[in-house]
Amino acid sequence: MPPQRKGAAARVSEDTEDLTRHPLQAILLADSFATKFRPITLERPKVLLPLVNVPMIDYTLAWLESAGVEEVFVFCCAHSKQVIEYLEKSEWFSQPNFSVVTIESHNSVSAGDALRLIYERNVINGDFVLISGDTVSNMSLTQVIQEHKERRKKDSNAVMTMVIKQSKPSPITHQSRLGTDELFLAIDPQTKQLLFYEEKTDSYRGIIPLDNALLGDNPSICLHNDKQDCYIDICSQEVLSLFTDNFDYQHLRRHFVKGLLVDDIMGYKIFTHEIHSSYAARIDNYRSYDTISKDIIQRWTYPFVPDVMFSGNSATHLEREGMYRASEIEQSRSAHIGPFTVIGKGTKIGNNSNISNSVIGKGCSIGSNVSITGSYIWDSVTIEDGCDIRHAIICDGVVIKSGAVLEPGVVLSFKVVIGQQCIVPSYSKVSLYQQPTVEDSDEELEYADNSSGTVDSSITCTVDTLNREMMSETPASQLGPGGVGHVWSICEGAHEEEWRHSVAPIPADKLAEVIQSLEDDLELLNLDGNAHSVSGELKSGRNGTDSEDDDVEDSRDDSIIYEKEVEATFLRAVNENIKVPDVILEMNSLRLSYNMTSADCAGAIFYAMMKQALEIPHATAGELRKSAASIIDAWNKLLKFYSKEIDDQIEVIMKFEEMCLESVKGVLTTFFPDFASFI
Amino acid sequence: MRLNLSARKTLCLARISKNLLSSLSLAFACFFDLRSSKIEGSQATARQTAELLRSVISQQRVPYTNQAGALIDAVRAVGEQLIAANPVELAVGNIVRRVLHIIREEDLSLTTAAIAGLNLSAASDGDDDDDGERDEHSVLSAAAVAASARNALRPPSLQTLLEDMPESVAIPHTSSSGGDSEGKSKSADKSSRTRRLKHDVIEAVNELIQDINTCHEQIAEQAVEHIHQNEVILTLGGSKTVLEFLYAAKEKKRSFRVFVAEGAPRYQGHLLAKELVTRGLHTTLITDSAVFAIISRVNMVIVGAHAVMANGGVIVPVGLNMVALAAQKHAVPFVVLAGSHKLCPLYPHNPEVLLNELRSPSELLDFGEFSDCLDFGSGIGSPLLHVVNPAFDYVPPKLVSLFITDTGGHNPSYMYRLIADYYSADDLVVRRRVALGN
Repeated sequence: MPPQRKGAAARVSEDTEDLTRHPLQAILLADSFATKFRPITLERPKVLLPLVNVPMIDYTLAWLESAGVEEVFVFCCAHSKQVIEYLEKSEWFSQPNFSVVTIESHNSVSAGDALRLIYERNVINGDFVLISGDTVSNMSLTQVIQEHKERRKKDSNAVMTMVIKQSKPSPITHQSRLGTDELFLAIDPQTKQLLFYEEKTDSYRGIIPLDNALLGDNPSICLHNDKQDCYIDICSQEVLSLFTDNFDYQHLRRHFVKGLLVDDIMGYKIFTHEIHSSYAARIDNYRSYDTISKDIIQRWTYPFVPDVMFSGNSATHLEREGMYRASEIEQSRSAHIGPFTVIGKGTKIGNNSNISNSVIGKGCSIGSNVSITGSYIWDSVTIEDGCDIRHAIICDGVVIKSGAVLEPGVVLSFKVVIGQQCIVPSYSKVSLYQQPTVEDSDEELEYADNSSGTVDSSITCTVDTLNREMMSETPASQLGPGGVGHVWSICEGAHEEEWRHSVAPIPADKLAEVIQSLEDDLELLNLDGNAHSVSGELKSGRNGTDSEDDDVEDSRDDSIIYEKEVEATFLRAVNENIKVPDVILEMNSLRLSYNMTSADCAGAIFYAMMKQALEIPHATAGELRKSAASIIDAWNKLLKFYSKEIDDQIEVIMKFEEMCLESVKGVLTTFFPDFASFI
Repeated sequence: MRLNLSARKTLCLARISKNLLSSLSLAFACFFDLRSSKIEGSQATARQTAELLRSVISQQRVPYTNQAGALIDAVRAVGEQLIAANPVELAVGNIVRRVLHIIREEDLSLTTAAIAGLNLSAASDGDDDDDGERDEHSVLSAAAVAASARNALRPPSLQTLLEDMPESVAIPHTSSSGGDSEGKSKSADKSSRTRRLKHDVIEAVNELIQDINTCHEQIAEQAVEHIHQNEVILTLGGSKTVLEFLYAAKEKKRSFRVFVAEGAPRYQGHLLAKELVTRGLHTTLITDSAVFAIISRVNMVIVGAHAVMANGGVIVPVGLNMVALAAQKHAVPFVVLAGSHKLCPLYPHNPEVLLNELRSPSELLDFGEFSDCLDFGSGIGSPLLHVVNPAFDYVPPKLVSLFITDTGGHNPSYMYRLIADYYSADDLVVRRRVALGN
């Protein structure tokens, strides 16, 4: 790796001047390589979507500038023209001591591709900040970079420092505030080295598998589930070359971080840096869009708040109860604007309208008797009289005709028209574009839209013709009379999850459902021993350093599965008349794969035999006894093979006892003497 | 009104000022620092603003006629942006107005001097004028010259302010009409005048910067007059001015005790206490809430200010209104230290004045610990917890016993006079010209 060696040589020679010599660089990925914001991202790149009336990328750039980054490489992929155009219009290209360079690509499909391309360009010559263009933060970088550099001096394998922040996940749904899955981290409390990274999906049901070696190699580890990944990474140059070496790395976390953690051949290490007083979060889905907007309005991101001009945003006044108002607002006297509301420049609000907890963009016109709650309304939106809008995202140029109702979680993409008296059901997404029919599910890429993205500068002029086409196509029933747009159908399976990522708060019935299923889970766990306390501890446990219990639980789980497997194998053997040696072979392989002792084996086989006997229809105890005896006789060899030792035989007897307890006692005990004779 | 105009004009103004300053990378850097409110503290901000405006003036090409007007326009254009960028920091606006005032004053003194010269030459050329009138002229001009000489060195007096009014408009005409008769010799004189105006203005701005730099010492010099032996002084939060003031009294062999209230939530009182102890003062640190309990033992409250308004009210770090009320209750003098750059010519009831700034809630509580209260995913979707963290308090003039500025101690009711000395009435609304032009 030539760049590494060069870097090392430089470090030796100018050890102290390292900080001053290299300008601090940052790579900003202006593409999320995901489709969570569809259908909006079909027409505009995610980084240009307004967050409290300012494009997301402005928050990121303003933060990088204030944090002392001197050179930013903005990697544009989907809708790259729009991003570059925006940056040219904004002030970012003309700042002193802060250079913004765009890198355009048309064939990158993932963050991995982007970093490989940047590596080829050979523009990064030192440690850099890796960030995506949808990150909002106000943290100071000096300390973390200092820590990173010091670690690098001691250990050249410490290639990355990841920024994390404490944030408790919801106890009920196990999703974080930002709508992402619960994150489990194992961190060495002394060195802050990251040892384990797992985004928990629901399928785990409160159980996380940990590698035994993890516990063996580290004297102490801290398990956290109350940390939030800020997606701000301080990387060394090697990270880029690592991406190039491992050309299958696509996703930063799923592939790169996990890859480094699992693969200990190269010995690369990742460290964490926890921030406390400052804010950092990444907008991943509609839920985090909602949460971060509210955090901004509540000023956690200070100084990047609406009433401080940090980029090209217009002057906004902060009034009582967190009400932000820009200039030139025409507001009727009878209109009521509640707390935590942002109203953009030149917006008109009619009589008796009620707005609360919402963000309204520039130049909107809102009629009379309109009620808007918890919604995000972008620029130049027209809302006619009597509409009711709850927890919706409404993009630029949308027209909502009088009397329409938007139920929670609706997303209306650009220039959609909702007809009179139309009721849009919750979680529906409406766009002028047709839903892409082919779902390339294995690559969740925004890039797939690029072909449409490149032409969309011409959209404005063709929109009229487009509209006319739509008019003929759209069934009037869906969006009311005069409605324009396609309602995207939600693919099966995703519907279940829709409430998790929506801007709307989780409805009460969903919460009740989740609580119910949680209780079921707990009961299930309770059945297998005292697993309850263990899983509970893991769930709430911030410092659950003991994971031996975890192993116990695992093995208990395994033994149940194992018994089932043995039973199935035995059944097959009976039904298909397989020879005893073959069955032994199969049993052995099962035993090895589940890591069981031969005693377990004997017990399981005997259990299967008895079950088989019980299943044969029988009228009296004698008949049952006869059938059991015949089965035992038939498979004597098999049982004998596993019950050579005294322990094995005891296990068999115990199993018998267990069976006696759980089935018709009287019946089975009758042939106890018979059983004794067999032993 | 004012704000929305600024918003509309920001872009084109940015372009104007960029053309203006294209060669000034250094000035630009500090311009952006000011904008992004990187600089903390009004003294540093004031100095930076003055330095920036100085470079604006020195870069500005001055036309032959109405040079002062061109300079004022240039300063205004930049100043307007600076004020809009950080409306909470009133010191920026104060300095912009001070510089505008300086330009007016310098222009006035130069033109009066020129008229005097013209009159004298005219008088010597033509003998038609009767003696009395000539005497009057020369006496008047001599006074003006003397006044201008004073102006160049220190802030103008009330007298020059009163004379100022009509002439700023009228004088360019008289000088040009005078130039007609004189011909070529006058144009040479004019170009020298051009250079002189700019030169004089820059000189005066330099002095302003000097004043800002030395304001701590100027204020601290007066410490012995106010702090007496064995007194107990109370202060809240941290202020460089207060630190220097107390230290200066200690230097002069006064022994006294200082109570420092910590100044939650930024706890700058802790830093102040540490600094005081390293300088050898007897210091006691108390919580903000213990102020009322302790105030009866205190002889004087000395605090720094964020800004002093035209009515004598002060904008101070949060918590000081409570201290001022406690001091009033126990008849303890409440003394405010403020450099002259903190004098703001606006009144606090003016809607354009942004009295307060709400800072981040993370100064009050830890985000991680409270993140479950801020989960908007469940419940009604609106936050139940709201954290308010104001940076400033407003203390009305009746609670302030004395102001100590770099020009001496003043009563709150005298503040408007002081302000009239420093600022020209035309500049109170920096943005007015744009509003009309728009």
